[in-house]
Amino acid sequence: MLKTLKKLFLVVALIAFSTGAMAQDTIKMGALATLEGAFAVLGEDSLRGVQMALAEFGNSAGGKNIELITGSSDASPDSAIRAARKLVEQDGIQVLVGPLSGSEGLAIKDYAKTQPNVTFLNGSSAAQDTTLRESAENFFRFSTEGAQWMAGLGEYAYNEKGYRTVAVLAEDYSFPYTQVFGFLEPFCRLGGKAPLDARFWVPIGNKDYSSVIAALPDDVDAIYVALGGADAINFLTQYEQAGGDAPLIAGSITVDQSVLGSKGPTRKFVVGTPSAGPISDTWDNPNWNAFVAAYQEQFPDGFPSPSLFAHAYYINTKAALLGLEAVGGDLSDGGAALRAALSALEFDTPTGMVKLDERRNAIADIFLTEVIEGPDGNLVNKTISVTKGVSQTFGLPYDEFLKYGQVSRENPSCE
Amino acid sequence: MREQRWFSNSWSDSGIHPGVIVVAVFLIAYPWFTSDFFTFQIGAYSLILATIALSLMMLAGYGGMISLAQLTAAGLAGYTVAILGENSVGVMGLGWPWWLTVIIAISFAAVFSSFVGAISVRTEGIYTIMITLAIAVAFFFFVRQNYVIFNGFTGFAGVEPPTLFGIYWRNPTPFYYLTLVIAALSMAAVFYISRSTFGLSLQAIRDNPRRMRSLGFNVPFHRIFAYFLSGIIAGTAGVLLVWFNGRISPGSIGVDVVIDILVIAVVGGLRHPIGPFLGAIAFVLLENFAIDLIDRERFNTVIGLAFLLIVLFSPDGMLGLWHRLRNKFRTARENRLAMNGVNKIDPHSQESFDNP
Amino acid sequence: MRRFIEQHTFWSIVILLFAVILLWLIFAVWPQWLIEILGRKKTFVNTLLNGLTLGGLYFLVASGFTLIFGLMRNVNLAHGSMYLLGAYIGYEVADTTGSWFLGLAIAFVVVALSGMLMQTLVFRRMEGDDIRQTLVTIAISIIVADLMLAIWTGATYQFTPPDWLFGAAQLPVVSTIRSSGDAVYIKYPIYRLAVFFVAVAVGAALWLFLNRTKVGMMIRAGVNDRDMLSASGVNVQLVFVLVFGIGAGLAGFAGVVGGTALSISPGEDVRYLLASLIVVIVGGLGSVPGAAIGALLIGLAEQFGLAYFPTYGVVVTFLIMVIVLAVRPQGLMGGSWSRQ
Repeated sequence: MLKTLKKLFLVVALIAFSTGAMAQDTIKMGALATLEGAFAVLGEDSLRGVQMALAEFGNSAGGKNIELITGSSDASPDSAIRAARKLVEQDGIQVLVGPLSGSEGLAIKDYAKTQPNVTFLNGSSAAQDTTLRESAENFFRFSTEGAQWMAGLGEYAYNEKGYRTVAVLAEDYSFPYTQVFGFLEPFCRLGGKAPLDARFWVPIGNKDYSSVIAALPDDVDAIYVALGGADAINFLTQYEQAGGDAPLIAGSITVDQSVLGSKGPTRKFVVGTPSAGPISDTWDNPNWNAFVAAYQEQFPDGFPSPSLFAHAYYINTKAALLGLEAVGGDLSDGGAALRAALSALEFDTPTGMVKLDERRNAIADIFLTEVIEGPDGNLVNKTISVTKGVSQTFGLPYDEFLKYGQVSRENPSCE
Repeated sequence: MREQRWFSNSWSDSGIHPGVIVVAVFLIAYPWFTSDFFTFQIGAYSLILATIALSLMMLAGYGGMISLAQLTAAGLAGYTVAILGENSVGVMGLGWPWWLTVIIAISFAAVFSSFVGAISVRTEGIYTIMITLAIAVAFFFFVRQNYVIFNGFTGFAGVEPPTLFGIYWRNPTPFYYLTLVIAALSMAAVFYISRSTFGLSLQAIRDNPRRMRSLGFNVPFHRIFAYFLSGIIAGTAGVLLVWFNGRISPGSIGVDVVIDILVIAVVGGLRHPIGPFLGAIAFVLLENFAIDLIDRERFNTVIGLAFLLIVLFSPDGMLGLWHRLRNKFRTARENRLAMNGVNKIDPHSQESFDNP
Repeated sequence: MRRFIEQHTFWSIVILLFAVILLWLIFAVWPQWLIEILGRKKTFVNTLLNGLTLGGLYFLVASGFTLIFGLMRNVNLAHGSMYLLGAYIGYEVADTTGSWFLGLAIAFVVVALSGMLMQTLVFRRMEGDDIRQTLVTIAISIIVADLMLAIWTGATYQFTPPDWLFGAAQLPVVSTIRSSGDAVYIKYPIYRLAVFFVAVAVGAALWLFLNRTKVGMMIRAGVNDRDMLSASGVNVQLVFVLVFGIGAGLAGFAGVVGGTALSISPGEDVRYLLASLIVVIVGGLGSVPGAAIGALLIGLAEQFGLAYFPTYGVVVTFLIMVIVLAVRPQGLMGGSWSRQ
């Protein structure tokens, strides 16, 4: 027994102290993504974004080598914090990029407040409150969030499509609330209606939409759908099977490539569905094309085109590297200079210029798209327009914007 | 009549093993020679998970009832702390004093656990796993959908332990000692219960409920009371868990975590209160460092395989494995001693050599 | 039937009355006051049909679960994994050969074989130790889920069923009368109707198998008294392997059927495992008719919950379970084994 204990003691002590020694010419960077469970595919793609940015800088910034250490969560905030804590407190990283999903982002922001000497950059998490309310001084988000992603869609549905009343079908948690808010706020300001009894909030992970489809009202012009992944695929197939004929308006991840390109029956009836988001696969722009080409070359076994997760992680990692360049890799002041540099940073990304607002959230371009039938019969999103410089507060002053209140099932009410 | 003598058994016959002292010294000295990370995330977190698993071990080991709702009881206590105390999400957070919320939280967990017990003891054995699993998932769905009280999918954040005696109790070292004390007390309680009249009747009921019933024992009552006691332990650990994470959401009590607790208890060993602690340490070390050794993606395969191997080949868990190894070693040595002609009339006198 | 009416006259009248009201609700054109209470007729009838078809699917999954339990007292918590495995295998076969029916058949066979393998290699080793068997099935389900994730990733798959099964059929049920006087008929997906009929057919086949064949009689005898069966010279192990094969195969079969009605993705294993658990807890462990009643009840509750109060819809099914447990712990059709 004593022997075993001694051994255990030795092992523990070894692990505990081994992190003390750190080479002076390397900077440890952590990447936190969801690498287990059903979202693992997305987590892998987000890491591809990180690797692309690192490759672009030759794994060094400001004259220092960058050592990348990955951490994994299972998409729950608890696991994200545990993984972040291990990266920061055990592996001794000084810059962290991540996490992937909204509720994880909120948790990491809270954790960031307890680690003032570490610089946190968002991954792809897109909850509004990560930066809008009680933001952390050392948490930066160079990617945009769920409400921003909807920029231009409400106006388009009202003005161009001529919709006046919409039903809402969305998953019952904060990300869809944010998207619904981002869509309805301009739509209702223009005079559109979305009655509260025509909003259907289904539990996340629901697969059988047939009864919800039967309950959808007939007297609406369109249905706004904010579902993601498998949920979206199930809804679209069942909607077609049930002979549904109301036009759809889609959230950012409802008609993306993972849904349109999934195996199974073709879903031609979604042609013409408008949507909006931070990227557009078919945007004909040299920067974007170069980004896609680099992605395809570096990761032949990746997706046909980078997902919005790879895109967001790429932008945030690149921002971190640019910040490190600006301070010459000097983090001896606990990263204060780096954070100052990041706050002032403005740079060109595959999707246009990005800069930060005073709460360290990105002001960036958003794409309005519409599903069309591609040349070889597959469905793709065509870029309709680009909304330049979308801010988190839709251009309103901060205090004014806060009056809308937190996103929820009933916000905005727009009766 | 019998009820009055329930806890009449004493420690006297247990004796204190020298190994216990060594472990105790190690555990008390632990924060002095490790980093904050090891004190907090490895040490304290293992102890919390172990305490929850301990409440399962008590039910399963002494009562023969494998309840998968122990984490749910802990989660209910955690939620209660966030709801009645302070949180930062602007939902509920009634701001009651910490000692009151803690007492209420633990009572809720105990009552909830008794309720689970009352439902599941009406049927027997294997039914318990199914019913408790269903209850655990039902509670998960309910808190995920309820925004008025439980704040739905988002859950609660900003849950702080009290600052008492000028100490902030989430600082690694104080928090570690807090969990250590709670874990030690829980283990002592379980140990004591197992040797009390109540515990002995519970074990007899586990082995032969029919006979105990005909002997005049109130079988359902014994079982429900066991659920009540395990609910207190789980609830206390639940309070620590929400202080540890500073937050609680449906994901904290999801079905995968429920299974993790079961894995911890079974892999550690269900026969002795020390089992869950071994299981928890192994689990937490693996959870934190697996990513450095193997591909994190297949973490669940590793956990599942370990679980499968233990269940297949060592039903008593790591503890059983240890005992088996020790026995083998001892037999080998006894054989050697016998060959050397050593008198071994009193096998107990050998124990201190075998097991310093 | 007649004895039932004689013995429970009151309940017979209640059931009859209920059936008449239901039929009227389905076939009558709804008056305005009813629409105000229940909403549109289209929603109601569709939800009812959805509940029935989902119940059919749940029956397919849960019947295998309950069959295995009935004979072997083995709570196979890997049953959900077998559902998902069947779905993936069926998909691969259907995708390669282009034949949906071949996928269905091969899914049944492969999963049945894997079930038989599990019974021979694992469960036979620990016969009589219910709890250990259950723990082993949990371990297997963790490993299998992770390996399936490795092979088929987190993507969502959907089958392409034969064309004549896809699309909607017009039912002879009037939804509303338009102001022009035209009747609007209710449309319903053909495939989901097919699911229901397949479930009924499987249920009937199981009943015939259990009640009219020699092997079925052995199985029923084994359910009642396992020791007696083996004492009477039957090779119990063979019966066990057979039943395990059928039960697992049904899960695989249900995987293809359910994967076509909805979709296949990680996490479905847990979903269907839970559905089976609740169905058999409500219906009574070990009873195939119980599984049918439980499946219908849960399917209907889930769909009506989703359509009329989506927020707490999921919780309704669990409420039913707790009520049943409180009133009748052995389940609606459960035998006396649970009280031993």
